[in-house]
Amino acid sequence: MLDVIDLNIEFHDHITPETVVYDFDLHLEEGEIVGIVGESGSGKSMSALAIAGLLSRKHMKKRGQILFDGVDLLSCSRETLRKYQGNDISMVFQEPMTSLNPVKKIGWQVGESLRLHTSLNEDEIRGKVLKMLKEVELPDPEAVFDKYPHELSGGMRQRVMIAAALICAPKILIADEPTTALDVTVQAQIISLLKRINKETGTAILFISHDLSVIKKLCGRVLVMYQGRIVESGDVNEVFSNPAKEYTKKLIKAIPKMEKLTLA
Amino acid sequence: MNNKFRNNRKLYIGALITGMMLFLSVIGLLFTPYDPNEMDSSAKLAGISLSHIMGCDNFGRDVFSRILAGLGTTMTVAVGTVFIGIVLGTVVGAYTGYYGGRLDEILMRFNDAVLAFPALLLALVLISVMGPGKYNIMVALGILFAPGYARIIRGEFLRCKNLDYVQSARLMGASDMRIMFVHILPNTFNVMLSTIAIGFNNAVLAEAGMSFLGIGVQPPDSSLGRMLAEAQSYLFLRPGYAVCTGITIVLLIIGFSMLSEGLENNA
Repeated sequence: MLDVIDLNIEFHDHITPETVVYDFDLHLEEGEIVGIVGESGSGKSMSALAIAGLLSRKHMKKRGQILFDGVDLLSCSRETLRKYQGNDISMVFQEPMTSLNPVKKIGWQVGESLRLHTSLNEDEIRGKVLKMLKEVELPDPEAVFDKYPHELSGGMRQRVMIAAALICAPKILIADEPTTALDVTVQAQIISLLKRINKETGTAILFISHDLSVIKKLCGRVLVMYQGRIVESGDVNEVFSNPAKEYTKKLIKAIPKMEKLTLA
Repeated sequence: MNNKFRNNRKLYIGALITGMMLFLSVIGLLFTPYDPNEMDSSAKLAGISLSHIMGCDNFGRDVFSRILAGLGTTMTVAVGTVFIGIVLGTVVGAYTGYYGGRLDEILMRFNDAVLAFPALLLALVLISVMGPGKYNIMVALGILFAPGYARIIRGEFLRCKNLDYVQSARLMGASDMRIMFVHILPNTFNVMLSTIAIGFNNAVLAEAGMSFLGIGVQPPDSSLGRMLAEAQSYLFLRPGYAVCTGITIVLLIIGFSMLSEGLENNA
């Protein structure tokens, strides 16, 4: 369904151009969960933003192809891209505190995609939004519908973001470190929520994280990125039990383990 | 939130004074004790009395009635000016802030050029081209105020355009127009509000100043600035005339500026 072929991303807003992603390849099937893991600055978010079509067309040069159902998202017109955005491809950001508009009610924001891509009237949108809010396990959807973002906790906001991203039943959900800003218990809830949604709706998820333990819990396949390149890819269990590259081994070693602390 | 409002004394007093002045100007549109333009030769320059609570002017017109009517004129001009200014400023500011690029540079340098002129002087030039009158003042002052608003709105758009929720709206497939005016614009309201309040302030002063110089509101319409100009010839004979008119202007200005400061503290 989604094929990224030889994607190179180059920044052109400085005097000397700088390449941040080299030869990125990705194939995503329907209903699949693929993880991208790597340290800060490894290019994982840039690749995701490119797939989502959010990178500036002016200041960045992109080579390669991003084929979604055979249409190249890099070279198609803005109108075509806009038709896919929100409807077929959507995204959840890292920071739930800033990713909701502070002056708009939750219900309005969740329904925005429907307003843009369908011709439903406000009542129908309200019904769908309430159903979606229930779907992401928010308590009392009716009350949340009329609240403003500052009245919700971080975990609830991230659920709202997921609801907003999924309201049009997209084929791909890009999740850019959606659990990083949350505490561990909420993290676990969000992950199981994503897993359930993936199973029920068949939405493919591209999950980006620097946390290998989260990737291991959620994904079927994983790409390991380092300094703008994919260094290793394959089945999650395979990569974890048999890492081929030195860098992957180091990453796996860095996963914190439950150990008894002995006080010196 | 509620406490913050309660403790904001400036906002309270400002709102009270402005509300009172607005109330008076609305009353002035509906009802005045005397016809503001009716001359009564027997009451020429009459002092303060029960029948004329602020006395009469040199033509025997009731000063209180004229202040009520003048307040209405001044408010109308202020509202019109701020409205024209804010609409022009918002469109230019939103466009330049959101898109940036070459047009942004050109429009902003043009902006700087307009801002570099002393506002009142440029208004005089515009009025001398268009001719005096209530509506021409609105247009002239509105055009003059627009660059200031544009700069403020542009700054807000620059701040907002890279925030996550704007990205997220873009990702939902919202068009640029929709992002600019539905998603970002409401986020600028808190800044806009205090700017509007101070804008009223400047508009009242500018209108009074221009009418004082005789290029603003034309007789027989009353306006606070015009009345002040007429009153100065009788400053020693009937100081009440000038004082009453002056106090009205002062109250208007104090009300608006306290309201603006209060809003700023609350934002």
